[in-house]
Parts: sequence; structure tokens; C-alpha cells
Amino acid sequence: MMANFLTRAGAGLQDWFNERAPTFGPFYRKHMSEYYAPKNFNIWYIFGVLSMVVLINQIVTGIFLTMHFKPSAAEAFNSVEYIMRDVEWGWLIRYMHSTGASAFFIVVYIHMFRGVMYGSYKRPRELVWVLGMLIYLVLMAEAFLGYVLPWGQMSFWGAKVIISLFGAIPYVGGALTEWIMGDYLPSDATLNRFFALHVIALPLVLLLLVVLHIFALHEVGSNNPDGVEIKKGPKGNRWSPAAPADGVPFHPYFTVKDTFYTGFFLMICAFILFFEPTVGGWFLEHDNFIEANRLVTPEHIKPVWYYTPFYAMLRVVPDKLFGVLTMFGAIVILFFLPWLDRGKVKSWRYRGTGFRVALFVLGICFVWLGKIGAGPGTDPVETIIGRFLTALYFGFFAFVWAYTYFGWEKTKPVPERVTTHD
Amino acid sequence: MQQTRRSIVGFVLGLGLALAPAAMAAGGGALQASSTSLSDRGSLQNGAKLFFNYCSGCHSLKLMRYSRIAEDLGLTEDQVMQNLNFTGAKFGEQIPRSMNPDDGKAWFGNAAPDLSLVARAKAGGPDWIYTYLKSFYLDPTRPLGWNNTTFPNVSMPNPLWELQGVQTAVFKTGPEGEHVFDRFELHQPGTLSPAEFDVVARDISNFLRYAAEPAALKRHAVGVWVILFLALFTFLAWLLKQEYWKDVH
Repeated sequence: MMANFLTRAGAGLQDWFNERAPTFGPFYRKHMSEYYAPKNFNIWYIFGVLSMVVLINQIVTGIFLTMHFKPSAAEAFNSVEYIMRDVEWGWLIRYMHSTGASAFFIVVYIHMFRGVMYGSYKRPRELVWVLGMLIYLVLMAEAFLGYVLPWGQMSFWGAKVIISLFGAIPYVGGALTEWIMGDYLPSDATLNRFFALHVIALPLVLLLLVVLHIFALHEVGSNNPDGVEIKKGPKGNRWSPAAPADGVPFHPYFTVKDTFYTGFFLMICAFILFFEPTVGGWFLEHDNFIEANRLVTPEHIKPVWYYTPFYAMLRVVPDKLFGVLTMFGAIVILFFLPWLDRGKVKSWRYRGTGFRVALFVLGICFVWLGKIGAGPGTDPVETIIGRFLTALYFGFFAFVWAYTYFGWEKTKPVPERVTTHD
Repeated sequence: MQQTRRSIVGFVLGLGLALAPAAMAAGGGALQASSTSLSDRGSLQNGAKLFFNYCSGCHSLKLMRYSRIAEDLGLTEDQVMQNLNFTGAKFGEQIPRSMNPDDGKAWFGNAAPDLSLVARAKAGGPDWIYTYLKSFYLDPTRPLGWNNTTFPNVSMPNPLWELQGVQTAVFKTGPEGEHVFDRFELHQPGTLSPAEFDVVARDISNFLRYAAEPAALKRHAVGVWVILFLALFTFLAWLLKQEYWKDVH
């Protein structure tokens, strides 16, 4: 009796919506229950969803932090400690936000690396890649702005160094840095505007880009570990005769799978958060537990770990302007990867050995540069190694272009259908 | 299936590669292990007593409240107000500085810093404090006659010299003719044996570790339950996933 009533009420509500918003149903079906994702997704394919989980975490915990944080140079540092000590469960909210920031970059870096492994940036997904790169760029800006807010020593001096990079621009550089800071040094005005940008401006841009990234993906469909276009394969599966045979409805199949992996991921995050929230000075740096002081320069100024590969490039290049260009160039060149890599085979499973080795070397360069960038930067041998690694990093792109443009790549045959699923 | 296994192996390898620098950096300098433990309430109470008797004369703990110390360390309001509060501040107030910063500058060359976060601001945390407290030695070239190997040319004299005694440092000549610290020699014994003094240094370090992050007392206890919940959740999610994915061939 009751169940019958609920069923009728549910159906009635659905009719009510369909009459007033007839596009809602098809929208939901297009993106969830009738979005067919390849059934052979492996563990590398969970990081897109995980980055959305982290994004939501950052927004929700961020809202609670703004309720207690004071965006002024005089009060910011103590207000963060007030959150840590006097606000009920404030320490949990703050650690969720700080651990989330690092977790965001971990999952995004793996997500990007996966894109290169399986050629997810290749035709017809170039737009997905470019939108993803824009997300990464905005995310770096967002994280930098957020890092300044606790107004510790590293917030202040990190901000000073990063903003001074704009000073390398000829003619307008000096005026530009003052315009960004609203002062001659990072100050109350800087902190206040960074707060505004961090909590409203960039999150809006980020959310818009994430929506576009997913829409662009759903237009063309997901790539997979075999790099096989399931839309071009045979049609018909147990859910629809018109859908790709190797596709599985995103909801409920991938939603339950992602829920499982999300639980696993949250366990790792919870372990860090509750038992080692600073990760030995990597997620929360020692110097940032000292309030900003413009008269005392910390011994080593270094950004948080997720910027250190690029920071290392800046440091090992002798000239400031050229260093800045190298650093930004390292990010800009990623935008062009879909057009530099002209190989037709997507997945590294079937690509030439040269590509696989080059990608492996790229990964090592990135991690090693990260280590150099996080160090004191006083070892001259390390500087030489850093230059070599920087050259190798850019060398990857030059190699991939030449390798595919001149047809040196010996690929393996790509299967007609996806090979496996778990 | 083999592909799946290979991709998981590749993933774990990649993760190991990414975490390698973190593990390498965990090494650190020549700090001594303080063996502090936040679950040792006796040590925290003793550390609080020592801090307020030997440190709070100059250093503030401006982010800590007397009432919070009472609550966290299992002390009554009377115990805290009579034995730990020498400033006249109220029970619910934060622990103020006792020394005027200008006096500090005039007497020692520097105002005594606030110690609320010192255990988090130093790489090595409590181990740094522990080693620092044990590393004072006589140095006639310094204005107050004291120096410290962990914090060279520090302005502060040894506040615990009565307990520890007075040390001198023995230096040896390094490979390039430079002075390298070799060892300490006890010049004049204190009221405590070296082993007893280690406990003093440990308990102060432990108290400052607690003061830098009072939430750490709660963090671990909550964390165990959160992880147990997530483990159960993940297991149920896995069962659900297995059930659904039976359909997929």
C-alpha cells in the first residue's frame, strides 16, 4: 500500500518535472545512465573522479574556513591558529583543506600522466586536453593564492618570489608587480585581494572549466587503456542496441566502481590527515608556522612540493627572464602536445619502444626536478643535473614530434576491440 | 587480467617514484631522538611544570589558554592557577609574556620569542627542542658566556644550568682546518644526573609539542574510527561493485 503510494508519487513528480523542464531527463541520460564508457578502464582511470571529489572537499571545507578566517595581515596568522585550537573541529576542517590541496595535485598529476600514457589527448579529444590544461593552470594559481592566506613566513616570502617573476617582463614588469600586490611588498592589501580571488573568482572559473572539460569529453566519449575508439566498433550491448558493444553505462556501473575507489582513496587521505598532516614538512611547511615577517628572510625560500619541478627550472637557468620563460614554457608546451605528437596509435601498449622510454624519462625528470626544486639549491653539481633534466624535459616534446613526424615509430597492431576489463 | 595486473604494478611503481624524494628528505641533521609521546600524560604534566618554572619567565605561549592545559592534561583549575599561572592572567585567557620585549632586547640582544608553535616551526620538532636544550656550553666569546651547538650564537643563556650543570664543548680540527664540534664535557655537575636531565629536556619538548598542536591529542583517537568506518564503507562499496559488474562480460 505504502510502496504503491510512493511509486505513484515518484512517477507524478517525474511527470511534473518533465512537463516543466523537458530537457532535464535527456541531460541526465546523456551524462549518466546512457553515457557509455569503455568497460576496460583500469586503475589509472579513477583520478578524474577523484579530482572532483577533492574539488568538492575543497569547496565545502573552504566555506567553513572562511567563517573563521580573518583576511588581514594583522589577524590572518592567528586566526588560522584560532581555527586549529578554539573552533570546534576547526583542526579537522583545516587539515581536510590543507591535505586536500596536496591530494588535488597528486591526483591531477596522475590524471595528466595517464592522459599521455594512453594518448587521451589525441584526436578527437584535443579540446578535452586543452580544457584540462586550463584547469591545471587555474588550479596552480588557486593553490598559490590559498598558500599566501595563512600569512606564515613561507606564505609571505613565497608570494614575494612568485610575484617578482612578473617583474622579469621587460618595461612593464615593475609596475605590474606593484599592481598585483597593491603595495611595494606583499602586505595587507595583497592578502585581502588574494582572499577575494581565492574564495570566489578562481573557484568560479575552475568550476566552469570542469563542467566544460566533462561536456567536451562526453561529446566524443572516453578513451581507454587500449586506445580503441569504442564508438567506431560494433554496436549493441545488453542495455541498448545502438550503444557501443564495449561500452557500459556510466551510471550505475562506473558510479559504483568509483565509489569503491573513492573509499579507498579517502582512507589514504584520512591516514595522512589524522596521523601525519604535515607529511614531515611537505604538505605544511615548518617555516609557515612562523608568522610573516618582512625583516627576516627564511634560510631557504621554496614553494610547496607541487610547484617544485617548475621552480627548479627557474633556479637552474642563469638568466632571470630566460628562467621565467623556461618555467612557463614547460607548462605552455603541454598545451601543444596533441599537435606535437602525430602518432596515430594512442595507447603506450601498442606504441613504439621510443615513446615508452621517453615517457618514462619524462616522469623521472619531473620527480627529480621536484626534488631539486625543494632543496636548498646550493649544490653546483645539482644545478648541472637540473639543467640536464630541464633539457630532457623539453627534449621529450622535441623527440615525440620528430619520432612521429618522420615516421620513426614502430607501432604494434592495435586490436579491433578492447582487450580486457576488471 | 594480465593487463590489469601490469597496470596496477606500473601504478604502484609510479607512486613509489613520486614519493621517493619525500622519503629521502626524511633523514635530517644530527638531532637526538627525544622519545616524546603525547599519550604520556605524566610527561606532559611534568613538562608543563618545568615550562612554567624555567621558561615562562621570558617566553609567552600566546596561542595556548590556561584552561585548555587544565582540560587536556587532566589538571584542576586550582592546580593550574596556583602552580602554573604566575602572570595574573585569568583561567580562560591566553598565556601572556612576562618580559617586556624592550627589556629582552636590552638584556639579551633579542626579545624572547613566543613558543606556541616552536615545535612545528623547527624541522625535527620536539627532537630539535630536546637537542637544543642539551647543547648549551660555556663560550667566553659570547656576551653572556653561553653558546649552543644546535642554535649557534643564540642570545639566550642556559636556563637549566642548575639542573644540567655547566658544559664545555670540545672541538676538533676538520679536514680543511675548520673547527668541528666533537663532544661536550661536564665542567661542573648540576643537581641532576645526565639521565635525569634527559627526562627534563624530554618532558619540556613533549609539552611544547603538545602546545604547538593541542588537536594532536584528539586527532589519533578520531582517526582510528574514521579509518575503520572508511574500511567498512570501502568493503561494502566493493561488494556492491562486484554485484553490478557481474553483468559485464
